[in-house]
Amino acid sequence: MRTHARPWWQRALLTREMLTILILVVAWIVAASVVQGFDGPLTITYLVLDVAPVLLIALPMTLIIGTGEIDLSVASVVGLSSVTFGLLYQAGLGLGVGLLVSVLLGAVCGAVNGALVAYGGLPSLAVTIGSLALYRGLAVGLLGTTAVTGFPESWTDGATENLGESPYPVITLGLLALIAVFAVLLHATPFGRNVLDIGRSREAARFSGVDVKRTLLILFVLSGAVSALAGVYYTLRYGSARGDNATGLELQVVAAVLLGGVSIFGGRGAIHGVVAGVLLIGVLGSALRLESVTVNVINIVIGAALVVSVVAPRIAGGLRVRRRNPAVGQGT
Amino acid sequence: MPNAAPTLRLEGVAKSFGPVAALRSGTLVVQPGSIHALVGENGAGKSTLVKIVGGVHRRDAGTVELDGEPVDFAGPAEAKTAGVAVIHQEPASFPDLTVTENIFLGREPLGSLRRIDRRAMRDGARKLFRDLGVDLDPDRPAEGLSIADQQIVEIAKAISLDARLLIMDEPTAALSAVEVRRLFGVARGLRDAGRAVVFISHRLDEVADLCDTVTVMRDGEHVSTDAVADVTSDELVRRMVGRAVSELYPKVPSTVGEVVLRVEGLESTGTFHDVSFDVRAGEIVGLAGLVGAGRSEIARAVFGVDHYSAGRVVVGGRTLRPGDPAAAIAAGVALVPEDRRLQGLVTESSVSRNVSSVVLRRRRGPRDEGGVRGEGREGPARRRLARLGILLPDAEARLARDWSGRLSVKAGALDAPATTMSGGNQQKVVLAKWLATDPKVLMVDEPTRGIDVGTKAEVHRLLSTLAAEGLAVLMISSELPEVLGMADRVLVVREGRIVSELTRAEATPEAVMRAATPGASAEQASGGAA
Ligand SMILES: Nc1ncnc2c1ncn2[C@@H]1O[C@H](COP(=O)(O)OP(=O)(O)OP(=O)(O)O)[C@@H](O)[C@H]1O
Ligand SMILES: [Mg+2]
Repeated sequence: MRTHARPWWQRALLTREMLTILILVVAWIVAASVVQGFDGPLTITYLVLDVAPVLLIALPMTLIIGTGEIDLSVASVVGLSSVTFGLLYQAGLGLGVGLLVSVLLGAVCGAVNGALVAYGGLPSLAVTIGSLALYRGLAVGLLGTTAVTGFPESWTDGATENLGESPYPVITLGLLALIAVFAVLLHATPFGRNVLDIGRSREAARFSGVDVKRTLLILFVLSGAVSALAGVYYTLRYGSARGDNATGLELQVVAAVLLGGVSIFGGRGAIHGVVAGVLLIGVLGSALRLESVTVNVINIVIGAALVVSVVAPRIAGGLRVRRRNPAVGQGT
Repeated sequence: MPNAAPTLRLEGVAKSFGPVAALRSGTLVVQPGSIHALVGENGAGKSTLVKIVGGVHRRDAGTVELDGEPVDFAGPAEAKTAGVAVIHQEPASFPDLTVTENIFLGREPLGSLRRIDRRAMRDGARKLFRDLGVDLDPDRPAEGLSIADQQIVEIAKAISLDARLLIMDEPTAALSAVEVRRLFGVARGLRDAGRAVVFISHRLDEVADLCDTVTVMRDGEHVSTDAVADVTSDELVRRMVGRAVSELYPKVPSTVGEVVLRVEGLESTGTFHDVSFDVRAGEIVGLAGLVGAGRSEIARAVFGVDHYSAGRVVVGGRTLRPGDPAAAIAAGVALVPEDRRLQGLVTESSVSRNVSSVVLRRRRGPRDEGGVRGEGREGPARRRLARLGILLPDAEARLARDWSGRLSVKAGALDAPATTMSGGNQQKVVLAKWLATDPKVLMVDEPTRGIDVGTKAEVHRLLSTLAAEGLAVLMISSELPEVLGMADRVLVVREGRIVSELTRAEATPEAVMRAATPGASAEQASGGAA
């Protein structure tokens, strides 16, 4: 029997992820030629700085959506971690301790979600909408409408400065490392197989010895911890710890993941597609901002892209099946 | 009869899926008042042919006629309207609907004010189940039905259509002798009423028993059509496989060693009670019983995917943690479950991913510390599929290729999704996946469901050889000859209890059926007990 049904170049190029990458390239070219100042040297720098939180959170989100679950509480964890980090700084603690405690708190937030979903058997959509409100409430409750500012410049510079003379911020290295870790985790380890198998058939995964509950718990803990890390970054990047930091960021994260080709039903997705999805949203955002479009309109565009990315594959899939087999429609 | 138009006439029907020619030249002529068998190896194109007649697939070429009228169905609904009822190989019910609702879906009887007449529906379902001789609650949801019960629901649905042509694609694959006999009664009734019936099965004794005409298919083509009385089973096998299959149940003698699996007082309220038994190294123990007796449930509890309320499972001297399949796997337990599509395979995944799925994620357990058996230990399972936690795609492909070869899996490619394989080939992949783990205890639930005669003999030979090397096998099969041919010992399960234990010598079909059937007196039931 042949190992592969199609030659390697077809397997590499004719994928859902390649489509996103193609759209990203086109969007970049269009933006560079149409939008005033898009091809300036600062674009890349700001693009990376701006998309960093979305990119970070999108990595574990890819795995969670890969299992057919979702975590909508991520932006609230960003807020809670931002506040925690700010308060710890106010209390006179150092960067390392603040970072560590915030990330641990994020992991605990994720563990609460994960325990309710995995061991409580509750739908993640309901659980994390609940904790979205809960964690945001805690964040705002802790700090009220005030903000902690005045972080040492050495801290805030670390979040924004560039690598030598290049346009790339230092954090690019960290982002690349995390992308690599998640790509290996999803695509080259038994754990990644568990994730996608759970998304494809939870029952069959269980019969193959996959500990579904433990896997889900781990994913939510990861999501919480990485969201908290993004929260610390967010705080230093804007030099301000506030309870309402990153409100609504989950929309961008979910949109990026789905644009990147991850199936909302689980079982399908790749990290390189998601990275392209994140960058696509980043490019749209910065192009529109350069055109002085308001945040509200940008959200409308991202929301529309989200809907399209969910609907398009269904329509395309439906058309393909219909063309191959006009008889389909009644199931089987 | 010969001058009347046949109920169904197919000629030169072809169907391809991309590069895969599933059906090259399907030819089938079915007369009214006839039960026509369709036989052939796994992947011969039988189900594809059925799906074309049933309106699921559209043919690429050829003609299809019903009562002399050319037809070309655009969907299953059209086929149904035209009087074609199909029992598909893989039952697909709506899990959220009740059994009754599934049966009458889309054609619910209406009462006054055009409201659905639930009473009439339920009575209809009850009557169908009575005719089929099964005890199934018409009001229970379809979710969680066993494969056999799903099959029954499909059969009931198809029969209630009262069609002029009834096609049954391996309806008996999960049924035990009692249900099969009832089904045959119903089929004969239809035949006598002048309907045409097409019957697909890999059990040639059923073909001889039920059918009057038999068509053999091979590699998507028509091979022959004869009166059943004119061909021997051996001849049919030769035409299907292209060679003679020597013996169906070659039992290799083995020396029985120490107890490997011990089940003590296992209890699950409402499902099974006080189940205790041992399986020794080198021994094949059969679990016989009627559909719904609780055999699959026992195996699932032992494996840890289901919970039990009391009792314990001991493997190689260690008590397994209840409800933890990973622990069971680490201890060397394997379960080939009854439902390949929901439990056995991740159907969306490729052949090779499915074959490797347990081997690559198996937790290190006592199994890995030292070799137990000879040949098997150096077999493919010893190969590492990951280094430092990173998967090795080449090793994975090699493992999949090895096992696909050993079980003659036929698929488009190793990376083709399992959904594109024929039913029997999917079953072979489930077997491959578990045999590849080189288990110490192998529990198989309907291991050869839908597998053709040639490969079935190969599976039996493999199981027998592995047992001779020291594997402990627990075998559940509704196909009595399979159990009796393979097993050293037979445990009969009735209504959730082990009611009888028979040695190989004592285990005649009569003794097993007597013990398995409720209503038989206690004296009779225990008559054959050891
Ligand atoms: N949707 C599909 N896509 C690709 N190939 C397919 C598809 N359906 C069937 N095939 C191929 O067509 C061939 C015939 O399949 P079919 O299901 O008709 O076999 P079968 O005779 O019913 O076998 P079995 O006895 O195992 O049920 C197989 O080789 C199978 O791999
Ligand atoms: Mg078939």
